[in-house]
Amino acid sequence: MSNKIVIRDCRIVDVSQDIDSSGDIIIENNKVLDLVVHKPGLKPDYADFEVVEASGFMAMPGFIDIHTHLREPGFEHKETIATGTLAAIKGGFTSVCPMPNTNPVNDNPTVTTFIIKRAMKRGSCNVYPIGAITKGQNGEELAEMGMMLEAGCVAFSDDGKPVMNALVMKRALEYSKVFGVPLISHCEDMSLTAMGVMNEGYLATLLGLEGIPRSSEELIVSRDIMLAGYAGARLHIAHVSTRGSVDIIRRAKASGVQVTAETCPHYFTITEDAVKGYNTDAKVNPPLRCAEDIEAIKEGLRDGTIDVIATDHAPHHADEKVLEFDRAPSGISGLETALSLSLRLVDEGVLTYSDLCKKISYEPSKIFGIGKGTLKKGACADITIIDTKKEFIVSKSKLLSKGKNTPFEGMNLMGMPVAVVVKGKYINVLEL
Amino acid sequence: MKDLVSIKDINREQIELILSTAASFKVVLQRDIKKVPALRGKTVVNLFFEPSTRTKTSFELAEKRLSTDVLNFSVPTSSVVKGETLLDTVRTIESYGVDYIVIRHSSSGVPHFISKNTHASVVNAGDGTNEHPTQALLDAFSILDKKETLEGLKIAIVGDVCHSRVAKSNIYLFSNFASEVRLVGPPTLVPEFKGYNVQYFNKIEDGIQGADVVMMLRIQSERMTKGFFPSTLEYASLWGLNSARLKLAKKDAIVMHPGPMNRGVEITSEVADSDQSIILEQVTNGLAVRMAVIYLLGRDNEQ
Amino acid sequence: MKPSLFEGRLFFGQIMKKELLNKKDIDRAVSRIAHEIIEKNKSLEDACLIGIQSGGIHLARRIAAKIKDVEGVELQIGSLDISFYRDDVGIRKQQPVVKSSDITCEVSGMKIILVDDVLFTGRSIRAAMDAIMDLGRPAIIQLVVLIDRGHRELPIRADYVGKNIPTSLNEKVDVCLAEDSIEDGVFITQIDQGAI
Ligand SMILES: [Zn+2]
Repeated sequence: MSNKIVIRDCRIVDVSQDIDSSGDIIIENNKVLDLVVHKPGLKPDYADFEVVEASGFMAMPGFIDIHTHLREPGFEHKETIATGTLAAIKGGFTSVCPMPNTNPVNDNPTVTTFIIKRAMKRGSCNVYPIGAITKGQNGEELAEMGMMLEAGCVAFSDDGKPVMNALVMKRALEYSKVFGVPLISHCEDMSLTAMGVMNEGYLATLLGLEGIPRSSEELIVSRDIMLAGYAGARLHIAHVSTRGSVDIIRRAKASGVQVTAETCPHYFTITEDAVKGYNTDAKVNPPLRCAEDIEAIKEGLRDGTIDVIATDHAPHHADEKVLEFDRAPSGISGLETALSLSLRLVDEGVLTYSDLCKKISYEPSKIFGIGKGTLKKGACADITIIDTKKEFIVSKSKLLSKGKNTPFEGMNLMGMPVAVVVKGKYINVLEL
Repeated sequence: MKDLVSIKDINREQIELILSTAASFKVVLQRDIKKVPALRGKTVVNLFFEPSTRTKTSFELAEKRLSTDVLNFSVPTSSVVKGETLLDTVRTIESYGVDYIVIRHSSSGVPHFISKNTHASVVNAGDGTNEHPTQALLDAFSILDKKETLEGLKIAIVGDVCHSRVAKSNIYLFSNFASEVRLVGPPTLVPEFKGYNVQYFNKIEDGIQGADVVMMLRIQSERMTKGFFPSTLEYASLWGLNSARLKLAKKDAIVMHPGPMNRGVEITSEVADSDQSIILEQVTNGLAVRMAVIYLLGRDNEQ
Repeated sequence: MKPSLFEGRLFFGQIMKKELLNKKDIDRAVSRIAHEIIEKNKSLEDACLIGIQSGGIHLARRIAAKIKDVEGVELQIGSLDISFYRDDVGIRKQQPVVKSSDITCEVSGMKIILVDDVLFTGRSIRAAMDAIMDLGRPAIIQLVVLIDRGHRELPIRADYVGKNIPTSLNEKVDVCLAEDSIEDGVFITQIDQGAI
């Protein structure tokens, strides 16, 4: 396609400009040239442009997933930067932020550079790596945050595990203030999790599986909020799964701590019941919880306590999931179902389309300072075009990700991305 | 019934069928010729990923007395981690054309996993901290040997319910008969069974008061190092069953233990060897019950 | 004769049911068999009547009672369940219900008189003989049946037969005894293959 594109006659939802009306998006030189909001009688002439007829569809600033595991380098049998970013655009994400728990760990600028170069060569969308907080994610010595930022990292996390030593976490938060970027905390007290593999409670007893108590998450959420408040540093809480965490974060925000938070579609869609029958596709960390947690998370999304919907896309090879439940790795392949599951929240009245735009594009960009999440004049042309009425059944075999580990197999969903524009390049994702 | 994976999967009627069939096998076991040709030509694999001399011996003898061909496949769990996956092991075994797989594994849910991946009938011989259905059935059988009915019987289960697959299967089984189940032990070792009608006691004296059956569970010292209780000495003094405590139960109360016992910890020798103890009978009955289970399985789906 | 409840065509499954023996016929047969047993065996001191579960048990009791009436000898009676000795494991669709075996006498050296209601393929009798052999080494095994309907699949014959009834394979013979039925009677039922 040419470099001059018009997405014509779609419903434009852009929370950054408080727009929700039908119109055309004009793209030139990989940037948004203008938005033309329709007025009666006006029929613009797009003579030189490639015109994409998008009547009935909705366009938003490109989605940004701030919690992705692309697995490369080191675990290419689970996912690669090529397959992961392909799955991303299939799911409507024009940018992803891969976590550093690769092999080697992304704890130095060399690995960061590798990821960015590989993404430019083989990737289908923008890739903004997240660096490790500590060397080797071992929770002991700080990693080279400054140099990694220079190489292209946008935030830091030891995701996959917490920084268990509170002193190390305190120093990391203090140190991060030099750069003003957030540290992302995977909140889990390992001593409480111990051998746990699912939510602690009656169902775990019935299945004979070791439980992970909610307090395992909530303790570290509390601890890190206290440390961030004390240090005056920015903290982002990854994958909130419990009602208690939502409450703690709400209070922290009210008291002025610079904390933001994300949750994932599986934490507001399904409960621990999905584990019944020892379904390893429903094994995830933090574990799936209960209906009351789902309610609290929805309320947190509604009132703004939870800023972001991220996928925690954690692909695994099929052979790794066909194992004893307690030996199978945790994780859900989430990029390609995230939008449809989030649209259910709009259906239920928890969020408006503008809210969704905020949680999945605007806030992610703002928190990580990526400079996207908007369709303002001159912004990079990253756009997601959605058919909100399209129904489909989730099928593992149709996932583009190498990880087929979804607990949503067979679920009937409505709404899916039909196309994306990545840096001005139009891609029909239905043809992928 | 294709498989016996969980007591939760079978109803009262099926439990009673197993128990009455076991009674017939018990008669067979009292003869000079203790073997019947019932399952001649059938093959059973004992797939034990966890060492267990008792359960394995019991199953193996039961299988032989049914005239099946018995194949033992013992795998220490550690080598499985390095070697082939569980699914590969199951497929390999299935290629031998086996009719029954008896499975013991340290991970909960493995029998369920295998049953989904094989045509053979699967018998759960203990999975992780989940269930041990044949033990529960033999416990019920042993109780019915001494008591007329399970209905309304006061059954105290004392000890590490949390990690005991025996206790769990028993709780599920007794729930079919409206028995009065009491769980006794420190809160660290007794989880909540919301959906089941059970009572909780922290003190053994309260828990076994007026009980018809006192079922002691094996306490593993490994739990001590993980902080579930401070020492075996303290455990014995607070939750061990001794003669003085047993007097609080009904006069004709019976004492049970799934074995192997830690004498002097959860049970004193005096009680273990007393007339009220039916611990050895449990072993004998285990044979008859396991014969019944294997004999009855796999009928529904056959042409 | 009053038409039986079972007579005629039933709308469901197209079944025909006919009475072959009534109570009187059965009484006569039992009585004759008792006499034949007395006649054939010089001594009944070391004989034991063993009824095969479940049809043979009531018959064994009736025969024993008759022998006591006639001869004054009280025969030992036992019951035998042959489930564990059947050769159709894996062929039968239904879950077998194992009934109890109750043989209190020593089998070795005894005259074992097996009693069954219907002799058909002979497979049950084969199973019963194997079951007896596992209990000991009897001096002799004899066989009583109330009905011999033919179609043997094994070289087995009865020593005492109540009545020989030629049947076809799509017929079913039911022996009802008052002990667990409404009244005595032997019935034959036509099974319409097409309706099954
Ligand atoms: Zn994480």
